[in-house]
Amino acid sequence: MKVLVPVKRVIDYNVKVRVKADGSGVDLANVKMSMNPFDEIAVEEAIRLKEAGKAEEVVVVSIGVKQAQETLRTALAMGADRAILVVAADDVHTDIEPLAVAKILKGVIDEEAPGLVIAGKQSIDNDMNATGQMLAALLGWSQATFANELDIDGDAAVVKREVDGGLQTIKVKMPAIVTADLRLNEPRYASLPNIMKAKKKPLDEKTADDYGVDVSPRLEIVKTSEPEARSAGEMVPDVDTLVAKLKEKGIV
Amino acid sequence: MAVLLLAEVNDGELALDATAKAVSASKALGDVTVLAVGASAKAAGEAAAKIAGVSKVLVAEDALYGHRLAEPVSALIVSLAGDYSHIVAPATTDAKNIMPRVAALLDVMILTDVTAVVDADTFERPIYAGNAIQTVKSKDEKKVITFRTSTFDAAGDGGSASVADAATAEDPALSEWVEDSMAASDRPELTSAKIVVSGGRGVGSKDDFALIEGLADKLGAAVGASRAAVDSGYAPNDWQVGQTGKVVAPELYVAVGISGAIQHLAGMKDSKVIVAINKDEEAPIFQVADYGLVADLFEAVPALTEKL
Ligand SMILES: Cc1cc2nc3c(=O)[nH]c(=O)nc-3n(C[C@H](O)[C@H](O)[C@H](O)COP(=O)(O)OP(=O)(O)OC[C@H]3O[C@@H](n4cnc5c(N)ncnc54)[C@H](O)[C@@H]3O)c2cc1C
Ligand SMILES: Cc1cc2nc3c(=O)[nH]c(=O)nc-3n(C[C@H](O)[C@H](O)[C@H](O)COP(=O)(O)OP(=O)(O)OC[C@H]3O[C@@H](n4cnc5c(N)ncnc54)[C@H](O)[C@@H]3O)c2cc1C
Repeated sequence: MKVLVPVKRVIDYNVKVRVKADGSGVDLANVKMSMNPFDEIAVEEAIRLKEAGKAEEVVVVSIGVKQAQETLRTALAMGADRAILVVAADDVHTDIEPLAVAKILKGVIDEEAPGLVIAGKQSIDNDMNATGQMLAALLGWSQATFANELDIDGDAAVVKREVDGGLQTIKVKMPAIVTADLRLNEPRYASLPNIMKAKKKPLDEKTADDYGVDVSPRLEIVKTSEPEARSAGEMVPDVDTLVAKLKEKGIV
Repeated sequence: MAVLLLAEVNDGELALDATAKAVSASKALGDVTVLAVGASAKAAGEAAAKIAGVSKVLVAEDALYGHRLAEPVSALIVSLAGDYSHIVAPATTDAKNIMPRVAALLDVMILTDVTAVVDADTFERPIYAGNAIQTVKSKDEKKVITFRTSTFDAAGDGGSASVADAATAEDPALSEWVEDSMAASDRPELTSAKIVVSGGRGVGSKDDFALIEGLADKLGAAVGASRAAVDSGYAPNDWQVGQTGKVVAPELYVAVGISGAIQHLAGMKDSKVIVAINKDEEAPIFQVADYGLVADLFEAVPALTEKL
C-alpha cells in the first residue's frame, strides 16, 4: 500500500504573528516557516506504517510556493520516500483555500492511487480544519478525522478519534482519509545523515494547471485586524486577597 | 434567505447550549430550520422547537445516523441543501467533521469557527491562534458555516416551531462505529460552564490533578487542561483548552500551573475574569490575568478550595 501525506509550509508556531498595518493580512516576509506541526505527526504515522510492514511507500505532497520544497525535504529526511511539489502561488502571502488544495490533491491521488491519505487535522495558520474532509468528499472516500490511534485491519482502517466527549472508535473502508490529532504519535527529528540523504530523494515539480484546477479564491479577504488586546490586571499577594477580590466582583 | 442549522445531538439528547448559540448567530441570516439527526432524534427535535427564533424543525431519525458518522450525515444535509442559502452548525467536533465534507460536496468553501456575522456574505473568523481576525466575504452561492459558540449568547426559549420528518438519504456505507469511550461526569460541560478551572504541566501528575478537580467541584466548575497536561496523561483529551482544543469564554477562568503559551491563550482569552496561579512571576499567563497570584500551587490551591 502507498500512503500519501499532504504537508503544508506554515509560519513556525513559536513566531509571534504580526498583522500588517494596512489590514491586508499577516506579515510573512522574513519570518521563520516550518512544517505544520500536525503534518509532522501525519508524516511520522505514515513512516511508522512503513516500518511496521503495513505500507510500501510514503509520498509527501505540498501545494503552495516554491519554498515549500524545504518542507518536503524535511519530510523526506524524516523518512518519506518521494515528494511532489505543486507550485500554485508566487508569493507566500497568497495562500490557497482548502477547497482548491483538496481539488489539486484529488488530481495527485487520481495519478498516485494511494490506499491511505494521512493529513493534519488543522493547519496552524488559517486554522480551517477542513482540507482532509473536503478531499474525502471529492473522492467519495471515507474519512476518519482527529485520529488519536490508527490501525490497519485488512481493507479497513480502525481509528480512535478525539471528540468533544472523549474518544470514539470507528472503522472506515480503505481507501480512506485520516487526519492526525496531537496525540497520534510523537514525531521524530531528522538525523543529519538522513537530512543529507533526503537531498537525493526524488522531488517532482508540478503546477496547479497540470491538474486543471482553478485556484481562484471563493473567499475574498476584506480585512485582517488585530484582536482586542487584553491587559494585565493586578497581582494579589495571597489567597485571602484573591478570595476577597473574587467575592467583591460577585463571581464566587 | 433561509438557514439550515445542524443541531448538536448526543445520544438522542439535544446539546441545548451549543445549538441555541448557533441559532442566535444565524438570526440575521434568515428563517432558521433546525435539523436534528441521529439514531434517536425526535426528542432532540422537539427540544429544539422550543428555542426562540427557530421557525421549523426537521427530524431525521434512523439507525443510519447513529453516532453521526460524517459520510451519511453529509449525504443527508446535501439532499436537503437545495432550499437553503446558509447551512450552519455550532463548531463542535461533530460539525467540524461533517461540515467541510458538506461544503466540498456542494463545491463551495467552508467558513469555520466564525465569530461574527457582518452581513449575509461577510463573516469574521480568527486565524493564527486568534492573533489576527480576518473578515472574509464569500462569493459562493451557498454558505457553509460553523460558528464558534463561545462568542455568541444562547437564544432563549419560548419558541414553538413545527416539527416534521425529513426523508433519509442514501447510505454511502463507507464507515461504521465501533465504540465510544466517554467518561460520564456530573460536572458542567466545558464549553458552556460559567466557571472553568484548568491545570497545566505544573500540576505534575495525574494524582495531583485531583487538586484541580477538587477546586472545580467546590466552585461547581468544569475542569480544563493545557495540551502539556493532556500529553503527559494528567487529563483526558476532551479537557484540552486552546487553539487546537476547546474554546471557552466563562465568567471565571482559573489557570493553575499553566505558563500561558499563545496556543493556550487562544482557547481562553475571551473569558470575563481570568485568575492565574503560577510560581514563576515571569509566566506570560500573568499578562492576560485579571488577578495573578505568584505561589506554589500545592499550597495555594488547597487553601483556595478551603476558603471559597
Ligand atoms: C484572496 C485570498 C487571500 C488570502 N490571503 C491570506 C493571507 O494573506 N494569509 C493567510 O493566512 N491566509 C490567506 N488566505 C486564506 C487561505 O487561502 C485559506 O484559508 C487556507 O489556505 C486554508 O486553510 P488551512 O491551511 O487552515 O487548511 P486546513 O484545512 O486547516 O489544513 C489541514 C491539512 O490539510 C493539508 N493541507 C492544507 N493546505 C495544504 C497545502 N497547501 N499543501 C499540502 N497540504 C495542505 C495539511 O495536511 C494540513 O494539515 C487567503 C485567501 C484568499 C481567498
Ligand atoms: C500545533 C500545536 C497546537 C497546540 N495546541 C494547544 C492547545 O490547544 N492548548 C494548549 O494548552 N496548548 C497547545 N499547544 C502547546 C503550547 O504551545 C504549550 O506547550 C502548552 O500550552 C504548555 O502547557 P503548560 O502551560 O501546562 O506547560 P508549561 O509551559 O510547561 O508551563 C507549566 C507552568 O507551570 C508552572 N509551575 C510549575 N510548577 C508549579 C507549582 N508547583 N506551582 C505553581 N506553578 C507551577 C511553571 O512556572 C510553568 O509556568 C500546542 C502546540 C502546538 C505546536
